[in-house]
Amino acid sequence: MASIEFRNVIKRFGDVEVIPGLNLTIEHGEFVALLGPSGCGKSTSLFMLAGIYLPSGGELLFDGHLVNEVEARDRNVGIVFQSYALYPHMNVHDNILFPLRFKKTPREEALVRVKAAAELVHVGELLDRRPSELSGGQQQRVALARALVKEPQILLLDEPLSNLDATLRLTMRTEIKSLQKKLGVTTILVTHDQIEATTMADRVICMRGGGIEQVGTPDDLYLRPASLFIAGFIGSPPVNLIRGTAENGAVHVGATVFPSEGIRGDVTIGLRPEHLKFAGDGLRGRIAEIEPMGREILYVVDTDVGHVRVLEHGSAAAHSAGEAVHIDFSPTEALLFRTSNEKLIAGANVCPPRRAS
Amino acid sequence: MKSRAWWRQRVNFVIFLGPAILLTVFFFVVPVLIDIAVSFTDLGRSLRVTRFTTEHYERVFGGDRRLTDVMALTFIYVLGTLALFNVTFGLVLALITTSIDKVSGGFFRGVWLLPRMSPSVLYILLWVWVVNPSQYGLLNQILMTVFGLEQPLDLLTTAPIALIIISNGFIGASMGMIIFTSAIRGIPEHLFHAARVDGAGSLAIVWYITLPALRWPISFITIYQALSLLVSFEYILLLTKGGPFYDTTVYALYIYRRAFQSGQYGYGAALSLFLIVIGIAVALLGWRFFDMKRLLQNPRIEVQ
Repeated sequence: MASIEFRNVIKRFGDVEVIPGLNLTIEHGEFVALLGPSGCGKSTSLFMLAGIYLPSGGELLFDGHLVNEVEARDRNVGIVFQSYALYPHMNVHDNILFPLRFKKTPREEALVRVKAAAELVHVGELLDRRPSELSGGQQQRVALARALVKEPQILLLDEPLSNLDATLRLTMRTEIKSLQKKLGVTTILVTHDQIEATTMADRVICMRGGGIEQVGTPDDLYLRPASLFIAGFIGSPPVNLIRGTAENGAVHVGATVFPSEGIRGDVTIGLRPEHLKFAGDGLRGRIAEIEPMGREILYVVDTDVGHVRVLEHGSAAAHSAGEAVHIDFSPTEALLFRTSNEKLIAGANVCPPRRAS
Repeated sequence: MKSRAWWRQRVNFVIFLGPAILLTVFFFVVPVLIDIAVSFTDLGRSLRVTRFTTEHYERVFGGDRRLTDVMALTFIYVLGTLALFNVTFGLVLALITTSIDKVSGGFFRGVWLLPRMSPSVLYILLWVWVVNPSQYGLLNQILMTVFGLEQPLDLLTTAPIALIIISNGFIGASMGMIIFTSAIRGIPEHLFHAARVDGAGSLAIVWYITLPALRWPISFITIYQALSLLVSFEYILLLTKGGPFYDTTVYALYIYRRAFQSGQYGYGAALSLFLIVIGIAVALLGWRFFDMKRLLQNPRIEVQ
C-alpha cells in the first residue's frame, strides 16, 4: 500500500506536451478512477505511475519518496492492460508466476502464491491453459492474478473492462471493487466509461486535455459538475444544454423565459433527462421520438428551445409521438453555467417557464 | 456443338495457366528428365553418347573418395554459416536495430542490406581486395600499420573455409534480419510493457517475450537458408574458385567443377540428382524438427 503524489508532473512526447502539469494526491488504499475522453492524458498518467513512461518534469512520489527515475521493475506496481497483455506462449500458471521469477521468491512459496492468486480470481481450474484457449473474462481474471501475485503496493487498471461484454462487465466491476476493498491496495482505474468510474471508485478524477477538470466523489460529479464538459460527460443519456441570456430576473432563450434570480450575462442551462417530467405546466413542446430503453423510456421532445431529452421510468410509453406536452423540473436540480468560461454558477436557481397568467 | 461458355473456359485456362505451365515444364520438368537421362550416359566433352551406364552412381555411392571430403566441408559450411550468421547474427542485428531509435535502426539495417543489393561479382571483388595476400590488401594494411604485424596474411590459403563462411554470412544475415525485424515489430507493445512492470530486465525480455514470438520465423529462416546455402556456390567460385586445391569446394561447386571444368556431364548429372535427394532430406528433417506442419497450416499470429 502506498500513497501517491503528482507534483506538477509534466509529460512531453517530442514537441507535444500531453500533460502540462499535473497535481494530484492519492491516499493509502484509495480506489481512484481517472476518467476522461481518449487523448485526455489519463493513460499517460497511469503509464508514468507504472514506470513505462518517465515524467519529463515535476515530481512523482510514492509514500513521499521520489520515483521519477525508478525503473518499472523496481516500483512494485501491478498493472492490468486493456488488451490483458498475457504472454501468449505461456500457460496461465506461468503467466501468473512470471512476476515472481524476478523477485527471487523461493520456488515453494512462489507456487503457493500463484495458486492463491489464481483462486482469488477464480481461475484455479485453468492453470494449464494457454491464453488463446481462454475467454475474454478469463483472460481478464488471469491478468488480475498476475498483477496481484507479487502483492504490489499500487494496482493500476487500464481500461480493464472495455473488451468484455455487457453482462461480464457488470460482474467484473463488482468483483474488482470487492477485491480492492479486501486487499486494501491503492488502486487507480483508467476509463472513459463514466459508469465504470462512478460505480467502482471512491473518488473520480475527471481529466481533459492533460489537466484535471474536477475531483470528487461520484455524487459530486453528477450533482455538482464543475463545468459544462463534466456535465456533458457524466450521466447517460447526456444532459440537455440550453443556451440563453440572463437579464431582469430570467434566462431568455428566444421567446421562452426561464425565471432565475440574480444572474446576468450569457448562460447555459443544464437539465438532466432523468430530472425532467411531464406535467400540466412548464416548457411547451411536442413529442418527436420515443426510445424504449427497458426500464426507462427516452422521449425526444421538440420545443421552442430545441430538442430536449426526457427520461421517464416505466416500460410502457405513457405518451405517444406528436402529443403536445409540458416539461417540468425542480429548480434545485437544474444546473446553470456561465457560457463564456463554461463554469458552474454555484447556488443559482432556474425555474421552468410558466404559462402567462 | 460446345457452348460458348465451354470454349470461354478453355480459352481462359490457356491464357491464364498456359504460360506458367510452359515455364514449369520447360525449365523444371524437362531439365530434371534430361538430368536423369544424362546421369545414365557417358556424356562428356565430346557431347556424344556412346553407351548407357550406372557407373556414375557407383562413384557417388563409394567410388569417389573426394566426395566424402566435399560433403563434410559442405556440412561445416552450411551449418557454420547458418549458426553464426544467417540465424544468430541476423537475430542480433534485428534485436539491436529494433531497440535503438528508428532512424539509426533503419540506417544500420540499410548498411547490412548493401551486400545483398550489390551484384555478386562486385561484392566478391571487394572481398578479394580486402584479403589480398600482399601488403596492399585492405586487411593487411590495417593489421600491419595499426597492429604492427610483420608479415602480410594470406587468408585465402590459411583460412579459406572461414573466409567463405564470413563472406556468405554477411549477405545471408540480412534476410534473417529483415524477417526477424518485422516479427519483432509485430509483437504487441503491451507485452513488453507488462514484462517490464513484472520485473523483467532487457535480457529477460528478449528471452521470455521476444524469442518465443520468433520461434516460427527462426524455423523458417533455418530451413530456407539451409536449402539455399546447399545449392549456391557462386560467391565461393568467385572468391576462391573452390581452392586451394579442393579445400573450399562445397557440393554444389563440386558438381560445377566435375561437369563443366572436367567435362564429366554424366557424372555431374548424377551428383545433381543426389543433391536434390539431400535437399529433400534436409527439408523433411527440418520440417519434422521444427514442426513446420503447424506453421504452414494455421495462421501463427496470436492476437490478444
